[in-house]
Amino acid sequence: MLTIKKYSYISPQHAYPLPPHLKAAMAGGIDMGKLYRSLAIDYPKFFKMDTLSKLGFLAAELLTAGEEKGEAEAMNDRSVVCFNKSASLEADIAYSKTIQKENFFPSPSLFVYTLPSIVTGEIAIRHKLRGETSFYVSPEWNAELLVDTVRQIFAAGASQSVIAAWIECEPDSFEAFMMLIGNYAEGLPLSAENANELISDFRIHNIF
Amino acid sequence: MISWIGDSIVSPSGFTSAENYEAAKARRSAIAPHAGDGLAEPYHAAVINKEALAAAFEQRCGSPAGLTPLEQAAILSVAQATEGTGINPASPKVLFVFSSTKGNIHLLDAEADSYDRNKLYLWHTASLIARRFGNPNEPVVVSNACISGACAQIAAMRMIEAGRYEWAVVTGADMASRFVVSGFQSLKALADGQCRPFDANRAGLNLGEAAATIIYGKAKGKAESAKSISLRAGSIRNDANHISGPSRTAEGAFLALNDILKHADKKDIAFVCSHGTATPYNDRMETIALQRAGLDRIPTNSLKGSFGHTLGAAGTLESIISKWALTEGLALGTCGFEEPAQDCALPVAAHNIASGGSCFVKMLSGFGGSNAALLFAKSEED
Repeated sequence: MLTIKKYSYISPQHAYPLPPHLKAAMAGGIDMGKLYRSLAIDYPKFFKMDTLSKLGFLAAELLTAGEEKGEAEAMNDRSVVCFNKSASLEADIAYSKTIQKENFFPSPSLFVYTLPSIVTGEIAIRHKLRGETSFYVSPEWNAELLVDTVRQIFAAGASQSVIAAWIECEPDSFEAFMMLIGNYAEGLPLSAENANELISDFRIHNIF
Repeated sequence: MISWIGDSIVSPSGFTSAENYEAAKARRSAIAPHAGDGLAEPYHAAVINKEALAAAFEQRCGSPAGLTPLEQAAILSVAQATEGTGINPASPKVLFVFSSTKGNIHLLDAEADSYDRNKLYLWHTASLIARRFGNPNEPVVVSNACISGACAQIAAMRMIEAGRYEWAVVTGADMASRFVVSGFQSLKALADGQCRPFDANRAGLNLGEAAATIIYGKAKGKAESAKSISLRAGSIRNDANHISGPSRTAEGAFLALNDILKHADKKDIAFVCSHGTATPYNDRMETIALQRAGLDRIPTNSLKGSFGHTLGAAGTLESIISKWALTEGLALGTCGFEEPAQDCALPVAAHNIASGGSCFVKMLSGFGGSNAALLFAKSEED
C-alpha cells in the first residue's frame, strides 16, 4: 500500500521537522540562508539558486534527513513531482529587470531559473535521483490532483518512491509542503484526505 | 495506451497540420532573420505573422479582441483538431491538458497596469482555453521545460488509463518573446543563421513559435482500430547531473528510451524523431543515448531546422509531424543537415526515406536535466 512515510514544511514562520537543537535558533522566523547554514550542509550551489529552488532544496533536506544513503538502485527510481500556482514568476520578474530597454544586461544565471521545473532538477542533482521529474501548475493547492498524479506515476511502473510537493513563492511569502511516498510499512495511507489534513495542520492549526 | 483521434498545428509554416506536414516533407524552413528590436543582436527564428494569425482566428473562431497571439494560436489549434472527430469538448469526460514553458511572458514587457495580471499565470491561460470550449474540468497544466509537450501527452495517457476521462485535448504552445530570445542569446545557445541538427557545423539552435493540439481517446477495440495510431508508452527521466547542460553519459535520455523499449520490438521502429536542437551538446548527448539503447542503426531525424525549437509546443508539434510521416510510410529528412558530424555517428535522415516500420520514437530533453521518450505505434492489424 502506498503511504506518506515522511513530510516536511517550510513557511516564513515555520520549518518542520527541525532537529531539537535548531528549534530555538529558528523561533524568530525562517530565513532560508540561515536555515541552510544551520543544517551544516556543504553545497555552495545553494547560493546561486532562485527562491523557488532554495525552498525546494531545503524542504528536500528536511524530508530526507536521517535517511539511509547509498541505495543507488532505489535512488535511480525515485521521482520528484512539484505543483504550484505561480510557476517561476518571481524568477521571471527578476530576469525581466535585466532586459529593460534602457538597461539591457540579460543575466544567463537568472534566465536558467525562469523555468519552474528547475527546482525538480536541483533536487534530483542533490540526491542523485534519476526517476521522473515533473512540474504542474494549478490555481491553488489541489490534494486530489497531487494524489492522482502520484498514483499514476507509481502505476507507470518506473518509480520506487516519489517526492511530491506543493512549492510556491510569492513576493512576500513562500510555502513548501513536501511528502515522501512509497510502498512503505510505515506512514499514513496515501489519500487526498490525509494530504489535506497534513497541510492544514501546518497552515491552520500551527502544529509543529 | 491511448488512441490518436485528431490533431492541428498553427505555426509560421501554416495554420493546419496538413500545411505543416507538407512544409516539413519538402524540408522547407520557416526560420528567418529578425532585427532584434530591443535586443543586443539580430537573431534567426520561426515567427508567426501575427496579423495573419488574427485573420485566421477571426475567420474560424470569431473576434480575437482581448486574446494574446499565444491564446489565439492555442484556441485555433484546438478548434481545428476537434473538428470532425465527433468529440464534444464541452463534455465533462474530456480533459484539457496544456503545456507551455513561458505562456504570456511577453506581457512583462508591457506597462504593469495595461493588462490583466492573471494572464501571467499558466493555469489562467489553460482555463481560458478550456472555458472557450465550454469544458467544465480544471485543466492539467504541465511546465516541465522543453520536454513539457511530451509530459502533457504522458499526463493525458495516465488520466485516461486511470479511467478519470475518456478523451484528452492536449495543447502545447509557446512564443519567441523578447524575454526568451534574450535569455537564449545570453546563454550563447542561438545559431548565427539557420540551425544544422547533427551536422559537423552545427553551432546552436533557433527558436520557433507554435501551438499544436492532439486529441486522444481511450484505446480502441481491435475491430475499430484498423488505421489508428496509439501512444503506447512514455517515460520521463532526470540526468541528475546539471541544470542547464546534458549528461555526458546521456543518463536520463538513455533511461527514458530503455523504459519505452520494454513496449516495442526494435525491428518495428521506423525512425526516431530526436530532440535535435543543433546545439553541440544536445545532439552529441542524444547520439550517446541512442547508441546505449541500441537504436543507432535506425534512421534519426530532427524537425528543428523546419520549425525551430518551439519549446513547450515541440512535444506535440513534432509528434504530429512524425505521426503523419509514419502514416505515409516515410522517415522525414532533416532540414539543415548536410555534413555528418564525427561526434554524432547516427544514420541521420538527410532526405525523406521510405520506411516500413510500424512505430516511431519521439525524444525530448530540457533544462533541469529532464528527458522524455514517447513510443507511438500503428494498430496491430496494419
